[in-house]
Amino acid sequence: MIERYLRQSPLAHLGLSGRGQDDGAPAQVRLAERPFSGLVNLRGPGADQTFLDAFEAAAEYALPTAAGASSVGGNTTALWLGPREWAIVDARGEPDAGPRIASRLRAALAGFPAAVTDISESRACIQISGAKARATLQKGCPLDLHPRAFRQGQCAQTRLAKASVLIHLTADESAQGGLAFDVYVARSFAEYVWFWLEDAACEYGANAKL
Amino acid sequence: MLVIPCPYCGPRCEIEFSYGGQAHIARPEDSAAISDETWADYVFLRDNTKGVFLERWVHAHGCRQWFNVARHTVTYEILASYETGAKPPKLDFVTQV
Repeated sequence: MIERYLRQSPLAHLGLSGRGQDDGAPAQVRLAERPFSGLVNLRGPGADQTFLDAFEAAAEYALPTAAGASSVGGNTTALWLGPREWAIVDARGEPDAGPRIASRLRAALAGFPAAVTDISESRACIQISGAKARATLQKGCPLDLHPRAFRQGQCAQTRLAKASVLIHLTADESAQGGLAFDVYVARSFAEYVWFWLEDAACEYGANAKL
Repeated sequence: MLVIPCPYCGPRCEIEFSYGGQAHIARPEDSAAISDETWADYVFLRDNTKGVFLERWVHAHGCRQWFNVARHTVTYEILASYETGAKPPKLDFVTQV
């Protein structure tokens, strides 16, 4: 359990909850912050099957080992960051999600040459959804985000408008709620990336709300 | 703009990477006993190859892994990428120094 203190989302000062009134027209891009997402960085021997088994026994789902893959178990998602690095995400917005995931993993992976670090408060999570979300991100990102190349569940660390980001396609065009990306960005770049996205999405009738 | 094939992530854009200089530079075995000239050679002197150059890159904004690349310094063609510690693959290109 974390000690109680005043925790603020990196975009709290923008007052997003007081913005983004619907004017009736359906927005082709919607922006929203997902505040207080739990984010845990896991490093460990990705080629060691006993390590992967130990994770699976504790989390009840397997760590992804293919480049850019993710796997979902209950409320958490494991994102592949590198051959020996993953991000474990719980984006429901519960402030104690990060410490909770971290302490469980630490107990399960004791004895392995692994590191479990709660980095929830170092990142902002911006959700960008709507039919033109791919086109908006593509304006500042060198990755191929075409539906043929970037599919549901895929994730990648890359650059967005020069900022280093982690992009995760949580739902594609066929999903019920439509296309949605989660973009994780360092806290200090959150405001910059938010305004950049707002500007990039302007021509599509962006609708920014919490 | 180069498209660099990361051995772990696949082909990615150059802006995700940082350059690490010439690859396969071995540290002298007994560094306390060698001459200043040999040490300076190890620390500072690098090849200036016209042709295929083996160099290090790090996928700084991606998977953060170091790896080696064989790049032609005239045409900027990337002929191979391989993991750090591996031997360079056999290439058809002839290096002109």
